[in-house]
Amino acid sequence: MVSVMAQFKVENRIWDPAETMPRAELRRLQLERLKDCVRRVADVPFYREAFASTGVSADSIRSLDDLRRLPFTTKDDLRRYYPLGFLAVEREKLVRIHGSSGTTGKPTFVAYTAQDMDIWSNLCARFLVAGGLRPEHFVQIAFGYGLFTGGFGLHQGVEKVGAAIVPASAGNTPRQLMLICDLNVQVLICTPSYALNIAEAARDQGMTPEQIPLKFGHFGAEPWTEDMRTRIEQELGIVAFNNYGLSEVIGPGVSGECTLQQGMHIQEDHFIVECVDPDTLEPVATGEAGELVFTTITKEALPLIRYRTRDIARLDDTPCRCGRTTVRMSRVIGRTDDMLIIRGVNVFPSQIEEALLRVEGTSPHYQIELSRPGALDQVTVRVEVRPEDFSDRMREMQALRDRIDREIHAITGLRMNVELVKPQSLERFQGKAKRVIDRRQMKVE
Amino acid sequence: MKLHQLSLFIENKPRQLRSPIRILAEAGVNILTLCLADTQQFGILRMIVQDWQKAKAALEKGGCVVNVTEVIALEVPDHPGGLDDILAVIEEFSLNIEYTYSFTFRRGNRAVLVFRFEDMDAAVEAFQAKGINPVSSVEIYEQANV
Repeated sequence: MVSVMAQFKVENRIWDPAETMPRAELRRLQLERLKDCVRRVADVPFYREAFASTGVSADSIRSLDDLRRLPFTTKDDLRRYYPLGFLAVEREKLVRIHGSSGTTGKPTFVAYTAQDMDIWSNLCARFLVAGGLRPEHFVQIAFGYGLFTGGFGLHQGVEKVGAAIVPASAGNTPRQLMLICDLNVQVLICTPSYALNIAEAARDQGMTPEQIPLKFGHFGAEPWTEDMRTRIEQELGIVAFNNYGLSEVIGPGVSGECTLQQGMHIQEDHFIVECVDPDTLEPVATGEAGELVFTTITKEALPLIRYRTRDIARLDDTPCRCGRTTVRMSRVIGRTDDMLIIRGVNVFPSQIEEALLRVEGTSPHYQIELSRPGALDQVTVRVEVRPEDFSDRMREMQALRDRIDREIHAITGLRMNVELVKPQSLERFQGKAKRVIDRRQMKVE
Repeated sequence: MKLHQLSLFIENKPRQLRSPIRILAEAGVNILTLCLADTQQFGILRMIVQDWQKAKAALEKGGCVVNVTEVIALEVPDHPGGLDDILAVIEEFSLNIEYTYSFTFRRGNRAVLVFRFEDMDAAVEAFQAKGINPVSSVEIYEQANV
C-alpha cells in the first residue's frame, strides 16, 4: 500500500504563537483567565446559586487546582435555562446565535459577542493551518450552514487564513464532486461520513483517487475511527485531519490535529480541560479514558464552568514533536450516554464497531445484546455476514468468527459471544441506530 | 465433470432450515441431496439441486446467502470395502477431503457420494489417472428423474 502522506507532504506551520507558549506561562495565563471568568459568571443565575451553595467565589481561586471546587455544568442545566439563561453579557452585545441540533426537541442555543467571534475564527484558523491550510488554497465547505456551528465556524476560520471558500453547504453529492473537480478544490471540510459519500460518488462516476484534485481534508462533528480515516485517505487520495468541538464550548476549534496526526491539540489558552470518571466525577489517571470537561475561560457571551461534554476520550500531556505545547486528546471513543458497564468494565458500542472494521468480511451492521443469566453479564454480538464473504468452507467461516472474537477481546478486554447472522436480518435505522439491547434486570436508581 | 453445489448460510436456531426449503418448493426445484453442517453459532446447508441457476436466483431473491461451490460425485460400489478403494486413491494422491455426503439414489449396485476436495482440479486428475470417472451432472439429473 502506497502511503498517501508520501503523495502530499503537509508542512508543519503554526498560526498563532500562543500555541507554543511554555507550559508554565500557559498555566499562569489560564489561572488569570479562570479568575476573570468566575468573576464574569457570578451574576448568571445558575452559577450565582451554585457558588452560593458551595461558598466559592473568584477570590477562592488561588491556583488551577481550585478549579475542582467549582460546580459542574451539564446539558440539562443549559436546557433548564432555555433559551439564553446562561448569558453573562447584555443581549445587545451579542452578534451571533447558534444552536445544537436538539435531538430531544428544542435546540440548545449558544451566543457569541464580537470578541467571541474573533477568538472562535482564530481557533479554527489554528487547526486548519496546523493541518495544511494556506492562503492560496481552494476550500470546499460541505457542512450545513445554519444554526449548526460547523458551517459558519469553519467558514470564518478559512476566511481568517485567507483561502478561497466554496460554500457548497451540505447535500447534493454529485454537485459537490463537480465543484471539487471543476474548481480544482484542494481542501474538503465536512463530516467524515460525508467524505465517504463523496468518495463513493466519485467511484460511481468511474473516477480514480488520482483524478480527484483534493489534497487534504478536515473532518469533524461526529466520532470516527482510524480505519475510517484510512478509507477516506485511500479513496479520496488525501490526508485526513480530525478536529473536535461542540457548540456549548464554542463550536469547532476546541481541538484539532497537527501534521503528525497523533491526537488533537486542545486550545488550552481558551479552554481548561479535565478528564473525569463519569460516575465518580474524580479525575482519571493521565492517559486513561474519561469524560472530557471544559471550562471556557475567555468566552464572553456564554462562559461555562466545567461543562460536561459526555464525550469520552483520553488525554496525552507528553510533548508533541510539532512544537505545540498543548495537551492532546484522542479521538472521541464514545459518549457517556452510550457507555455500557459490562462485568464492571466500561464498554462503548463504538469499540465493537472498531473491532468489526478491523475484520474484513463483516458488515457495519451489528447488534449487542446484554443479558445476565446467572451472576455474570453475558454479551452477544450479532454480526451480519456479507453475501460476498460467505464461504462454503466451515473453516473459513469459523476463522472469520474467531477473528471478530479476538478483535473484540483485544479492544474491550472482554470475551463476548459472537454470532454470525444473515445479511439484512438486523433491524435498520433511519437516524441514530439502536445497537444495544439490554436484557439485564433494570438497575434500581 | 464437476457438479454445482449450492451452499447456504443458516443461523443456528429453530425454523431457519424451513425458509430456503420452502423457497425451492415454491420455485418447483427438486433437491437431489443435501447435508447440513453445523457449529454452535451457525450452519451451512449444502445442496445439489435439479436447476441450480434457477434455485440460486430464487433463494437470493428470498434473502438467502448462497454460494456456488464445485464438487464431484463418485460412484462407490455398495459392498464392504467399496469406499476404502476410493480412499486409497485419495491417500495415494495426498488429496484432502473437506467434506463428503451421499445421494439417496443408487446407480445399479453403486452408491453415489459427493466429495469436496481442497484442490478440486488435482482430485479430478487423480481419479481420471486411475480410470475413475466422476459422475456427470447429466447422469445425476437423469438418475434423479427416474
